[in-house]
Amino acid sequence: MHPAPSIILFTVLSGLGFGLMIFLGLGMPSPTGLSAFIWFAIAYILAVGGIISSTFHLGNPKNILKSFSQWRTSWLSREGCLAVATLLVMGVYGAALVFLNMRIPLLGYVGSALALATVYGTSMIYAQLKTVPRWNHPTTSVMFIAYAVSGGALLAGQVSLAVWFLPAAALLQLFIFLTADGRFGAAGSTIASATQLGNIGSVRQFEPPHTGSNYLMKEMIHVVGRKHALKLQIISVVLLFTPVLLLLLPFSHALALVAVLAHVAGVIVARWLFFAQAEHVVGLYYDKR
Amino acid sequence: MTTLPTHTEKKLGLVIDLDTCVGCHACVVSCKGWNTENYGAPLSDQDAYGANPSGTFLNRVHSYEVQPEAGPAQLIHFPKSCLHCDDAPCVTVCPTGASYKRVEDGIVLVNEADCIGCGLCAWACPYGARELDQQEGVMKKCTLCVDRIYNENLPEEDRQPACVRTCPAGARHFGDLGDENSDVSKLVAERGGVDLMPEQGTKPVNKYLPPRLKDDYTNTGDIDILAPLLEPVAPDAKGILGWLDKALEKL
Amino acid sequence: MGFNQPVVDTSPKVSDEVRKTTCYMCACRCGINVHMKEGKVAYIEGNKDHPVNQGVLCAKGSAGIMQVNAPSRLRAPMKRVGERGSGEFEEITWEEAYDIAVSKLKPIRDEDPSKLAFFTGRDQSQSFTSLWAQGFGTPNYAAHGGFCSVNMAAAGIYTMGGAFWEFGQPDWDHTKMLMIFGVAEDHDSNPIKMGLGKIKARGAKVVGVNPIRSGYNAVADEWVGITPGTDGLFILSMLHCLIKAGKIDLDYLSQFTNAPVLLDETDGSAEEGLFLKDKDGKALVIDRNTGKLAPFDGKGVYPDLAGTHRKAGVTHRTVFHHMIERYMSEEYAPEAVAERCGISAKRIRKLAAELADVAFNQAIELDRPWTDFRGKKHDKMVGRPVSFHSMRGISAHANGFQTCRALHVLQIMLGSVETPGGMRFKPPYPKPATAHPKPHCKVTPGAALDGPHLGFTHGPDDLCLREDGTAARIDKAFTWENPMSSHGMMHMVISNAHAGDPYKIDTLFMYMANMSWNSSMNTSGVIEMLTDKDEDGNYVIPNIIYSDAYSSEMVAYSDLILPDTTYLERHDCISLLDRPICEADAVADAIRWPVVEPDRDVKGFQSALCDLGARLGLPGFVNEDGSQKYEDYADYITNHIRRPGVGPLAGWRVGEDGLQGGRGDVNEAQLDAYIENGGFWMEHVPEDAAYYKPFNMGYQDWAVKMGFFDAVQPYIFQLYVEPMRKFQLAAEGHGERQPPEHLRERIKHTLDPLPIWYSNEPENLADQYPVTALTQRPMAMYHSWGSQNAWLRQIHGHNPLYVPTKIWEENSFEEGDWAKVVSPHGEIVVPVAHMAALNDNTVWTWNAIGKRKGAWALEENAPETTKGFLLNHLIHELLPANGDGMRWANSDPITGQAAWFDLKVRIEKSDVAGQTLPDFAPQKSPVGKGPKDLAWKLGK
Ligand SMILES: Nc1nc2c(c(=O)[nH]1)N[C@H]1C(S)=C(S)[C@@H](COP(=O)(O)OP(=O)(O)OC[C@H]3O[C@@H](n4cnc5c(=O)[nH]c(N)nc54)[C@H](O)[C@@H]3O)O[C@H]1N2
Ligand SMILES: Nc1nc2c(c(=O)[nH]1)N[C@H]1C(S)=C(S)[C@@H](COP(=O)(O)OP(=O)(O)OC[C@H]3O[C@@H](n4cnc5c(=O)[nH]c(N)nc54)[C@H](O)[C@@H]3O)O[C@H]1N2
Ligand code: SF4
Ligand code: SF4
Ligand code: SF4
Ligand code: SF4
Ligand code: SF4
Ligand SMILES: [Mo]
Repeated sequence: MHPAPSIILFTVLSGLGFGLMIFLGLGMPSPTGLSAFIWFAIAYILAVGGIISSTFHLGNPKNILKSFSQWRTSWLSREGCLAVATLLVMGVYGAALVFLNMRIPLLGYVGSALALATVYGTSMIYAQLKTVPRWNHPTTSVMFIAYAVSGGALLAGQVSLAVWFLPAAALLQLFIFLTADGRFGAAGSTIASATQLGNIGSVRQFEPPHTGSNYLMKEMIHVVGRKHALKLQIISVVLLFTPVLLLLLPFSHALALVAVLAHVAGVIVARWLFFAQAEHVVGLYYDKR
Repeated sequence: MTTLPTHTEKKLGLVIDLDTCVGCHACVVSCKGWNTENYGAPLSDQDAYGANPSGTFLNRVHSYEVQPEAGPAQLIHFPKSCLHCDDAPCVTVCPTGASYKRVEDGIVLVNEADCIGCGLCAWACPYGARELDQQEGVMKKCTLCVDRIYNENLPEEDRQPACVRTCPAGARHFGDLGDENSDVSKLVAERGGVDLMPEQGTKPVNKYLPPRLKDDYTNTGDIDILAPLLEPVAPDAKGILGWLDKALEKL
Repeated sequence: MGFNQPVVDTSPKVSDEVRKTTCYMCACRCGINVHMKEGKVAYIEGNKDHPVNQGVLCAKGSAGIMQVNAPSRLRAPMKRVGERGSGEFEEITWEEAYDIAVSKLKPIRDEDPSKLAFFTGRDQSQSFTSLWAQGFGTPNYAAHGGFCSVNMAAAGIYTMGGAFWEFGQPDWDHTKMLMIFGVAEDHDSNPIKMGLGKIKARGAKVVGVNPIRSGYNAVADEWVGITPGTDGLFILSMLHCLIKAGKIDLDYLSQFTNAPVLLDETDGSAEEGLFLKDKDGKALVIDRNTGKLAPFDGKGVYPDLAGTHRKAGVTHRTVFHHMIERYMSEEYAPEAVAERCGISAKRIRKLAAELADVAFNQAIELDRPWTDFRGKKHDKMVGRPVSFHSMRGISAHANGFQTCRALHVLQIMLGSVETPGGMRFKPPYPKPATAHPKPHCKVTPGAALDGPHLGFTHGPDDLCLREDGTAARIDKAFTWENPMSSHGMMHMVISNAHAGDPYKIDTLFMYMANMSWNSSMNTSGVIEMLTDKDEDGNYVIPNIIYSDAYSSEMVAYSDLILPDTTYLERHDCISLLDRPICEADAVADAIRWPVVEPDRDVKGFQSALCDLGARLGLPGFVNEDGSQKYEDYADYITNHIRRPGVGPLAGWRVGEDGLQGGRGDVNEAQLDAYIENGGFWMEHVPEDAAYYKPFNMGYQDWAVKMGFFDAVQPYIFQLYVEPMRKFQLAAEGHGERQPPEHLRERIKHTLDPLPIWYSNEPENLADQYPVTALTQRPMAMYHSWGSQNAWLRQIHGHNPLYVPTKIWEENSFEEGDWAKVVSPHGEIVVPVAHMAALNDNTVWTWNAIGKRKGAWALEENAPETTKGFLLNHLIHELLPANGDGMRWANSDPITGQAAWFDLKVRIEKSDVAGQTLPDFAPQKSPVGKGPKDLAWKLGK
């Protein structure tokens, strides 16, 4: 799949933002006043920024309000509804903290749950797609949640939790890197099943339908060299583990910032690979994966 | 509406004969022509006269080479447009309800007025049947020529998809695949029509008729059944002339 | 949730108006419905009533809207202001353009009309353009047939009085087995696809004989991946098997062919090998009823295939005797040819057996009584339902004429020409070679030529030679080098004119032919010839006038441009006088008419010729008082009279009882009648005239009534082509007109009156260049025209060289690789791609996708120019020097057909990549560049 920057940013930033909200909702930390404002501003900038970034991927954003209508079947719609609900609930919860210095725990728990659900919703946009076997797997949701929770914990300064969550997320990512390559094959779609010509013999593309490119090829067919991918995988895993080491060192703001940056960079690289390495079955029609 | 109807009154669709398609792209271009001028936004082209021309098409003809275990390789032209799946994943993923499957005939359509151009439906389609128009930013797909097949401004015999009407080889058939007695259903039964990527669980309405057995001689191995037909009447030219006299007598 | 889906308007208005005319996105001439909105073209579809396409339309036809609106359209007459080839022009008025043209042409005509060479590419108005050229008085006129498929046309007409090429088709409704040789697309684009669809639906068998298995060959039930250039051998080998097994149609051969005609066998005489004839010049046969000599067409005669006749101590035997002797020879045995052809002996036998099985065991009979030209009544029509079709794959070789002949002979031996299930002619064919004109070349200053330029030669007397024995025509057609070059040799014009051989010309006037690019051999060489200057700094070819509709490569090499309209903006007529739209069951012709008016200062070329003809005072183009005869082409179409009662269009002529088809007087409202009827006229062939046409009096009478010819002219098929023997006799030393010494042997060998096969490999240095390189027509592109079409160029925007598995592996090619391809003449660098369904020693690419930078209003870095290429750079119009240092034309020695497909190459991996080579400097676009994006929609 084409690793569109808008979508990478969307998933990474909104994941962090909602991840932070999970902890804010749980009261970890539970700031008030100006400090609460700053915490919530960070969470909102990340979450809303991510969502805004995602609209750059839209061909026709003027109809955006319609996208809340199909929550019955559409994960994208659900994710939108959940995100809005989260933002509203957390908004009230946060406003109470900022302006009334008051924490309404129940609202916080609901907000946390919604934030978690939102991240799950985001993950399901991808995980639901049978057409992309690499994504069509429970680990996709686990991974999105793991990043949200570990990144959220890191941002929320929950070092004691983060030191567990971060390596867990990194290990999960490593596990995905090591196992996801086989999923396309395991899903069973091949050029033979795509064309139904396999019973005659082995099938290959002779000519593409157009010598010119098209939307499908630009969007769904992205080839990353094996070596290049391996390099990036290593970089991402290293970056993902880096904060753990930094957190084990004595605390300093500078180190914390580096830890956050390393984490975000690691997630971005992993997310880039998440898209770039994902093969859509339509590629079979072009004899490309 | 994003929810799929539990039942459609008809299952209109195409049957494509891979044994007959010569790969001429006539269906591709007539589709482009009709749908540029009709339903929804025109199918635009980018860098139309430049280095990287690319545009929106609702129907494209691939071609594949198949190497059997014995015998020469075969080439198969393979037209592909929306298969109007019964279990259309492109519909259920759509956040806006722009994508829907019609109750009356099963046609899967995009209501461009509602589409946000998120592209998720194209991701959900295994067949590459949806293309986001780069000019208009809305999702385009085969409409099964919904604006032709019922069109009272067209003569009765023209109320069929543009691609079917134009196909010179007669490799495209249109009809109700929900009706066992329709011509298309009979054709599918007769020729063993198949679904593409059945493992995706989309239950396509469109069917493909597989190529007939080719290069039969290579498979049977023995081609001598016909040999008696070439039994020489004489070993040489002289002999032939002798035979000729006799043969002419009989005329 | 309730299911409330949006309301879709399922009955939108389709258009304001439908205008019906004829497509010209290629030469197939399908009927189209042009849907108009707001006076503009909105959508184009096929016309269901039309005889050619019956509603279907190909990719090109459907893309017509992109052609009529193409940014590459020329806008006004232009004169060259920069150097030739630069593309620098200045727009001028039509008056100025005519003045320039007249200032060049008038003096030539008065002094020596042969100084004009007027050649028209894929012209569909040849009966008109040739009239103009004839009126001008130059012998130098032809259209593109010589480089296209003259072998097909000439072999068909000399043998059967009609050809596959445009004038013949398989009996789609009855055939049970179709063998197609060397066809990728053909002019009959849609009808062939419709026919294939029909026979596939019936489950009849299709066999494709072609080194490449794409398109029609891909859907064929069986593929014969023959080695290029060997079809003749393969065919004659099947014939060998069939004769040996007695599986030939003796009755048919006796009655309807010259197989029973007696040959003079007097050794060494000037008549040896000619027909025995009676005093009226009628070929003689032995009548089986009487055992006596009789004219072949005598009433009640039943010719004896085995007849012999003793005269002056010599036994004269029939053509059939000779055929048996020749084809029974073991040199044609499957085992002897298998390796050469790349087809196993077993397979050749199997295919021959299948033909025999279908032709004789599965014969069909139609209950249609008919009467033949000997007065014999037949109570039914017997059909041999094997059919054949073929095109350039066998004709575009230097052994193509003989190969085409071999195929026709095979068809005839099986009794499957003009019989149900076999091959059928389309009116106005069949028509024997003898009913065509002979070529004319007598030049008189200030006056017309003595007759039509092109035609059929029947012996040395008909050659176009001057007093001194040199060629009378600039293209050297109808000379000893190619005595039967019925279509002229357009591919030799530029090189001959540049060399001043046989003479220098002054003005080259061309129409609709991209001669500086894809339609020439040796493209780079031709470009040099067109721009070459003499010591005085003048161009060696002094003046070039050209009519194109678009900014093609050729435009840049012309001095004066007469911009044509597009096909939807003009009148045209697709006439029975040249290449009509008939089908086997119907006679039909058609028009084009301006369904939109041009928005530029352009003019239909034919209308421009009417103006120019009048200004030059050409006979036929001026009235008695010297005034202009035809205001424009529409006027000509309506009012021109060729023979009494016969004009360009046969529909709605004025007869005694009102309007009638066929013969009749001029009808001023004729074009309106055509428009009202959808742009065409059609009348069905009567049932009893539908088959056996050459011999069927029902057909003959009807043909006279319709005006195809003025008196009935039944004939028999010419298995043995006597005119060829006449050329051989000359080469053997008989007769006044003698060939030059260096050609004697070649003529003796190649002009054999019975089909032979010879290899083209030694001349093409196949020992050093072992791979044959071919081109194929892409179905969705027409030569160079398609690249300016925003829709079509997305389908074919560049072209790889397809390489078979063997060569792919030998060179360890990988996807994305580029290769250097070398021929005896030159070298190109091109991208390669793998294809398994391909003959082991063949590479190929799509034809004419490569473009010159700056042409066609494309961006200079368009893929057509960076990754597209032409094979033409590798093909020379002359063969490499042979033993005695002579360079013979790369053409068929009989017809002059350009031997495109004899090209032999070597291939190796290239280290340079990314830009095809040769890469030419861009030409300046006289029309600018096209817009970036398109979103085409009227009535939004
Ligand atoms: N390598 C290789 N070369 C080949 C062949 C091959 O098989 N292989 N095939 C050969 C054969 S058979 C042929 S017929 C030739 C074809 O070659 P060409 O006859 O050169 O065909 P086009 O490239 O279509 O060029 C025709 C010209 O007509 C112009 N034109 C189009 N429409 C109109 C119109 O309405 N009016 C006017 N006045 N001009 C118009 C186009 O712009 C173009 O410049 O190519 C030959 N060249
Ligand atoms: N779409 C489209 N249609 C066209 C044209 C076009 O440019 N585009 N051009 C028109 C013109 S001008 C012409 S002349 C016709 C030509 O129509 P075709 O005769 O179909 O011409 P080509 O595409 O040159 O195809 C030649 C075929 O012969 C095969 N071949 C080559 N050598 C041999 C051989 O030795 N033996 C055998 N058996 N096969 C061989 C090639 O593989 C190829 O398939 O098409 C006309 N129709
Ligand atoms: S083919 Fe694709 S776009 Fe069409 S209904 Fe099926 S899933 Fe949807
Ligand atoms: S692109 Fe349009 S039709 Fe497709 S899922 Fe998004 S909103 Fe629905
Ligand atoms: S049915 Fe209509 S929209 Fe669909 S592919 Fe055919 S022409 Fe295109
Ligand atoms: S129009 Fe018909 S024959 Fe041509 S590509 Fe389409 S389906 Fe195949
Ligand atoms: S075959 Fe195609 S391009 Fe040629 S005349 Fe017919 S529709 Fe037009
Ligand atoms: Mo041609």
